[in-house]
Amino acid sequence: MILDNKIPEGPLADKWTNYKAKVPLVSPSNKRRLEVIIIGTGLAGASAAASLAEMGYKVKAFCFQDSPRRAHSIAAQGGINAAKNYQNDGDSVYRLFYDTIKGGDYRSREANVYRLAEVSSSIIDQCVAQGVPFAREYGGTLDNRSFGGVQVSRTFYARGQTGQQLLLGAYSALSRQISKGNVQMFNRHEMLDIVKIEGKARGVIVRNLITGEYQRHFGHAVVLATGGYGNVYYLSTNAMGSNVTASWRAHKKGAMFANPCYTQIHPTCIPVSGEYQSKLTLMSESLRNDGRIWVPRKKGDNRAGIDIPEEDRDYYLERRYPAFGNLVPRDVASRAAKERCDAGYGVGSTGLAVYLDFEDAIKRLGKDVVSSRYGNLFEMYEKITGENPYKMPMRIFPAVHYTMGGLWVDYDLMTTVPGLYAIGECNFSDHGANRLGASALMQGLADGYFVLPYTLGKYLSEDIRTPAISTDHEEFEKAEKKTKDQVKRLLENNGNRSVESYHRELGKIVWDYCGMSRNKKELKSAIEEIKVIKNDFWNNVLVPGEDNVINPELTKAGRVADFIELGELMMRDALARDESCGGHFREEHQTGEGEAMRDDAKFAFTSAWEFNSENKDPILNKEVLEFENVQLTQRSYK
Amino acid sequence: MKTYFTSTLFRKTLASLSGVFLVLFLAGHLAGNLQLFIPGEAGQKQFNEYAFFMTTNPVVNLLSIITYSAIILHVLLTFYLTIQSRNARPVKYAVSSGTTNSSWASNNMAVLGTLLLIFLVIHLRSFWYEMHFGSIEKDIWGKKDLYTVTVSAFHELWYVSIYVISMVVLGLHLKHGLESAFQTLGFRTRKYSSSIKAITTGLVLLIPITFASIPIFIYIKNI
Amino acid sequence: MEELNLKLKIWRQPGPNQKGDFVAYKVNGLNTHMSFLEMLDVLNEQLVNLGQDPVAFDHDCREGICGMCSMVINGKPHGPQKGTTTCQLHMRHFNNGDTITIEPWRAKPFPVLKDLIVDRSSFDRIIQAGGYVSVNTGSAPDGNSIPIGKEIAEDAFDAAACIGCGACVAACKNASASLFVSAKVSQLALLPQGQPEREERVVKMVSKMDEEGFGHCTNTGACEAECPKEISLEYIRKLNWEYHRSNIKG
Repeated sequence: MILDNKIPEGPLADKWTNYKAKVPLVSPSNKRRLEVIIIGTGLAGASAAASLAEMGYKVKAFCFQDSPRRAHSIAAQGGINAAKNYQNDGDSVYRLFYDTIKGGDYRSREANVYRLAEVSSSIIDQCVAQGVPFAREYGGTLDNRSFGGVQVSRTFYARGQTGQQLLLGAYSALSRQISKGNVQMFNRHEMLDIVKIEGKARGVIVRNLITGEYQRHFGHAVVLATGGYGNVYYLSTNAMGSNVTASWRAHKKGAMFANPCYTQIHPTCIPVSGEYQSKLTLMSESLRNDGRIWVPRKKGDNRAGIDIPEEDRDYYLERRYPAFGNLVPRDVASRAAKERCDAGYGVGSTGLAVYLDFEDAIKRLGKDVVSSRYGNLFEMYEKITGENPYKMPMRIFPAVHYTMGGLWVDYDLMTTVPGLYAIGECNFSDHGANRLGASALMQGLADGYFVLPYTLGKYLSEDIRTPAISTDHEEFEKAEKKTKDQVKRLLENNGNRSVESYHRELGKIVWDYCGMSRNKKELKSAIEEIKVIKNDFWNNVLVPGEDNVINPELTKAGRVADFIELGELMMRDALARDESCGGHFREEHQTGEGEAMRDDAKFAFTSAWEFNSENKDPILNKEVLEFENVQLTQRSYK
Repeated sequence: MKTYFTSTLFRKTLASLSGVFLVLFLAGHLAGNLQLFIPGEAGQKQFNEYAFFMTTNPVVNLLSIITYSAIILHVLLTFYLTIQSRNARPVKYAVSSGTTNSSWASNNMAVLGTLLLIFLVIHLRSFWYEMHFGSIEKDIWGKKDLYTVTVSAFHELWYVSIYVISMVVLGLHLKHGLESAFQTLGFRTRKYSSSIKAITTGLVLLIPITFASIPIFIYIKNI
Repeated sequence: MEELNLKLKIWRQPGPNQKGDFVAYKVNGLNTHMSFLEMLDVLNEQLVNLGQDPVAFDHDCREGICGMCSMVINGKPHGPQKGTTTCQLHMRHFNNGDTITIEPWRAKPFPVLKDLIVDRSSFDRIIQAGGYVSVNTGSAPDGNSIPIGKEIAEDAFDAAACIGCGACVAACKNASASLFVSAKVSQLALLPQGQPEREERVVKMVSKMDEEGFGHCTNTGACEAECPKEISLEYIRKLNWEYHRSNIKG
């Protein structure tokens, strides 16, 4: 299949302006008749639902949580980037564009990234107008901080809870539209299938998680804003409910899945403490500004961190990367920690942790300054681990945090299924092989507030003559039956293993073979191992309870079934991408010093996987990435 | 605006205002009672004249009506609000957090208020009813001798005990009630909260202790 | 590492209109580094392996920010540790042999859906009644065109930190939602963006709170004490003030 990315003609800087000027419009009277379904109410979903409803479309929004305010965007700590140049440090749309392309290791689409940088500034304005309490200078202007991988200060923040404040802003805009009757909101509903009629996405099948009722909803277009798939690793910083089901079922209905192996592993998380661990907690990357990372110089040195003298400590990041030191990008820092632990220098009861030490910072700045900068993070660390970071070094380890891969979309954010859109983390579009800090919030809101409302109009303008299709249509019938059958099968399976145990097993394989480093041999064997898990799951899984009540085990079972299939695709993607780039590190492709090596001649493309059928291998389609405005170089942080 | 006057918050505000008014009333009442400290016939004369004035002066009568209304309003509103709160939690907790997160008094305002109401009935029966409708004897100056009625009541240990205990109850009720009123009316800002706390604590100690000291004084003097 | 053996008394209720009761469970060999929810995961995996219905409870982010987890632990919403959600509460705060009673939030506007899960959509409806600034996408002026003093911004943030978990309602003897409502009202009343709708907003949100069946505020301070984000009572004071003010201004 040929992938048409629909990038508009013209110079990079004019593409979006020209697009907006020429895009067909839908008249107000027609908008009232056009129905849009939005799945997920995080930053992307809530902002899109609110904006589309303001424009006059009839919107139905769905979330699996008990309220749209709970989506996992809420957990983002650090901030949101925007090319405002309020600090007068030479920032510009082009610089934000360039940093994002470079940070993504030259594996993203120029036109999309440029548009993202272009609308970034409006996002801040919009959020300020909603009453988002951004940090301010004494003079009343907006404050900025700097983030990894860039030389300007362009990150806007609201203490360590930027995601929360932005989401609550979008939630308030959504709430306003709900109260006006322009958005019909469905909480605690989960999307289980896309309904396609004559090749176009025309609706969804959802299950009410309280009553178990299956519902059919028609829409002239369907928008997925369902977040990332980090929970395929079982342990990640994602929320417990974050899942791939909506994207995956859309994939099985014809939406291609792009770059599934691009996952971001965040270096500063609290390490796993035992088998019972259900999720991982991230601590802001800002800690690396003043903290020093080290491991003992001697293998198996089991003295307490504080008792290890200076000469027995190996500050390995400062040693390996004298120029950037503890502030190397996320992927580099994560891999370096793994390398030390694999070599046997890890600390803590599991040996899977390194020290993040503030002893020097406390000496240099005083405890008060350290506390004012990092007090709440230290508190959180102490809450979780029971240890006081002012007294002993923190233990940290990398954890899965974000997935750059996702549903393939064109410039309009439409998937390969006409009328089906994907926005926010659930699409693949802007971050390439590695996302820069504070760019996830930017992309989610850019898609929802400023991009989709235009691009969706282009599709819907051709659809104004389509009347609402009855949900008695046979395609709805078929999709609902298929969904019900799967649920029935899960409930009647009556096996002997819990869903959780499968998820844990899958997670370990994906983490070991498709985590911070990958190689051909292991990826190949992982594909086989996952096939075994899949088979075992469908024969031996035990799902108690019934379909017509709240049944969290049943919900989880459906999600894990999809994660298993996705896990296999990730292995295939990682195997096919025979180069190292960004978060994807193939051991076969590294420099003598252990740095990632890209192969631009062969791999400057986006992998878009096409679902074939249950028993056939997926098909790899390639969208070639053309770089007309930036020059490809090897990243170096030495 | 219609919703303002029908809202729970408005009812709550009226309850606070009536409560604050009653505190003012108590202060006035206390000032009058202080005359009981005056010894001998002089005290009897002055107190009975004061009682006569308080029951006959038209301005005072008007104030009395306002006071009765404030009491009735306060009781009815708080009763209504308490019922409403009960309804807001139809199923109770099996384990209560007790006083780990809030003061005992703040959690038991209805109990304290009911005790005060019972005391009020006893108190009114003993003095107010006697003064207005009882066959009270006259003193040598021709005024109803409320002084003697009061003093002889305070010679009874049981009566003094009830009185003193009730003043403890009053103290607890006022302690939460008065500060709470400032919060409900919206005055307890960060800037003023410490002054408000100081003033309310002062009043809350001063009023009940002074009230209680009178029967104790009279009782002890009589032993 | 110390191991914990615990007795649990958990509220089990099959559905919204069915009768519920406490059921006793034992969980042994727990690690003190576990979170409270991970302890329940262990119990649930035991139950699933026995083919029994696991305990249903709300949870999502497990890092103390989404506001989904909601249980009353030994009489206290989110358990014994101050300023901490259930998901961030760790087992090292309990002792071997303890009996822990776990109940759902109890309030008429938070009906139990199953076991420890309650329906908090009343909170959404209160926000829908007016907890927003009416500004359409695309109509915003430049972010720096509205200067806001640092202290005002910080104060507004303190109010905006509310995670909407409902612990304030659960803790309040009157099941009042005043702290929740006051947080949003104060945030927007403090900021210049919230001024045009300031009076209308507070009246609408307060009447919605009444309509949903929450109790009134008697200023016990239990909400502030149990709030995992330690939202201040000052905002309830401000809510009251804003409410009176809206009436005076008409």
